[in-house]
Amino acid sequence: MSAVLATQVLVISERSVRRTFRQPASIIPAIIFPIMLLFVSSGGLHAAANLPGFPSVSYFDFALAVTFMQGAIFATGGAGTDLATDIETGFLSRLSLTPMSGAALVLGQLGGAITLGVFQATCYLAAGFIGGATIASGVAGVVVIYLLVILMAIGFGSIGIAAALRTGNGEAVQGLFPLLFVLLFLSTINLPLDLIPITWFRWVATGNPITYLVDAVRSLIITGWDGPALATGFLVAFAIAVLGIIGSAAAMRGRLQRT
Amino acid sequence: MGAIEVRGLVREFKKGPRAVDGIDLTVAEGEIYGFLGPNGAGKSTTVLMLTTLLPPTAGTATVAGFDIVKQGPQVRASIGAALQEAALDRFLTGREHIKLQGSLHGMKGADLKQRGDDLLERVGLTDAADRKVGGYSGGMKRRLDLALALLHSPRVLFLDEPTTGLDPQSRSALWDEVARLSREDGVTVFLTTQYLEEADALANRVGIIDHGKIVVEGTPDELKAEVGRSSVEIEPHDAARLADLEGALAPFGEPMVTRGTSASIRLNEGVGDVAAIVRALDAQGIVVHQLRLREPTLDDVFLEKTGRSLEGSGDSDEDETPTS
Repeated sequence: MSAVLATQVLVISERSVRRTFRQPASIIPAIIFPIMLLFVSSGGLHAAANLPGFPSVSYFDFALAVTFMQGAIFATGGAGTDLATDIETGFLSRLSLTPMSGAALVLGQLGGAITLGVFQATCYLAAGFIGGATIASGVAGVVVIYLLVILMAIGFGSIGIAAALRTGNGEAVQGLFPLLFVLLFLSTINLPLDLIPITWFRWVATGNPITYLVDAVRSLIITGWDGPALATGFLVAFAIAVLGIIGSAAAMRGRLQRT
Repeated sequence: MGAIEVRGLVREFKKGPRAVDGIDLTVAEGEIYGFLGPNGAGKSTTVLMLTTLLPPTAGTATVAGFDIVKQGPQVRASIGAALQEAALDRFLTGREHIKLQGSLHGMKGADLKQRGDDLLERVGLTDAADRKVGGYSGGMKRRLDLALALLHSPRVLFLDEPTTGLDPQSRSALWDEVARLSREDGVTVFLTTQYLEEADALANRVGIIDHGKIVVEGTPDELKAEVGRSSVEIEPHDAARLADLEGALAPFGEPMVTRGTSASIRLNEGVGDVAAIVRALDAQGIVVHQLRLREPTLDDVFLEKTGRSLEGSGDSDEDETPTS
């Protein structure tokens, strides 16, 4: 990355972070909602931990991984909605009149999504520790969780950015949010894949990339070092990030018509 | 070569008419060029093309000596622009905007800080520089917009309806600053407006655009002189002397329609006739209650060239958000 591009990415990221953290109404739900859902679901479904074949951990520990996925979905909405607002208000035109490159805009926006993702992850981990969770893979595992969170923020954030650039409409970007939540609930967030009894649900969950992201984070929390789960999770996260960035780059070319 | 040279510039949109239909214009270095027309006339589309944000369908243009299609980055480095509606981030402060935009222009460190401080002071925002823009008034936003457009010391400045929605005091302050930029710093200003008095007060030359075509171009005085002479309207102190007044005015010009309590003529020789008229009325003992001298306006020019008045025309026919 050239020094000029690095500077541009840095200042756009800085702006994105400032803007995000100055909107409590958007950041507080992104922190509170997943934590609330964690406590509610582990309170209501704790008996599931007694099912034959269920990992020998508390349901709370099992469910903790889901918060990170929800955080990634919030990152999608945040990065995309902010960019759509920039398009609607003409702020993108202002930036387009500078030597800013399209790559700097995408990467800078992602910088904001990553920062938010890391902050969210810290809050989720703190809530997990307060709730009595332990991380089976130890401190190194926590570092790997952060790496996965960053990769997921890039992947899901770039999907939001692509949607914003394609539609230029904040409401359209927010329309992604329920879709991704449906996808989330059609994964292994509530039960391990082997224990899902309904055939069609299991098929969908098997083909659902979110399953592998949840399982990778979950393995670090409840199993320790599960090579296949981690490799699959990182591969899926990387693939989503690559596809998202390619989609963003294509959408950027369509949006920035400048000569 | 002028600071802006446009030849046969066209922009067509897939789902609409030609927003800009083959315009030609030249703006000299240091000149303030007023681009006047109603909403939907093609002003903003022209600005988007000249600022490289929208590729033209046909035609050529250079800005600061650079081709707007082939040398987009060089054009952008040479221009500043305050586009319609001050596009600012309401969650950032004025100073943070300066830092963001300056950094993207490659400015840094003490130079950026000094330039930013100077501009904030010049536009009267030093005290508000560390407040979030969401709390700024419309005039403050416009002034910050102008400061941002000037940050990298551009040679050509595009202002797209810069005073729309501003109160008279803010409008006047912005006019002063734009005039100063041209006069003292030699900045070329391309100003679009739908306010006649703005073009009249600021522009060295005016181009009037309607339905994507430039219908007339010249200095405000040339344009006004082209369409007509001054007129005078006189109201007698004694309404019973109205007929006498009309008779006394007849040698000085053609009568015009009035409200019935006054007489009005378009002057044969312009304002030089006024002294003779006053003497003639005095000789006939007609006491004047009110005398109003009216110069032709740019609206008269627009009316002459398009058959309709610019004031209040085309309110709903926006061209500001083109969709290709």
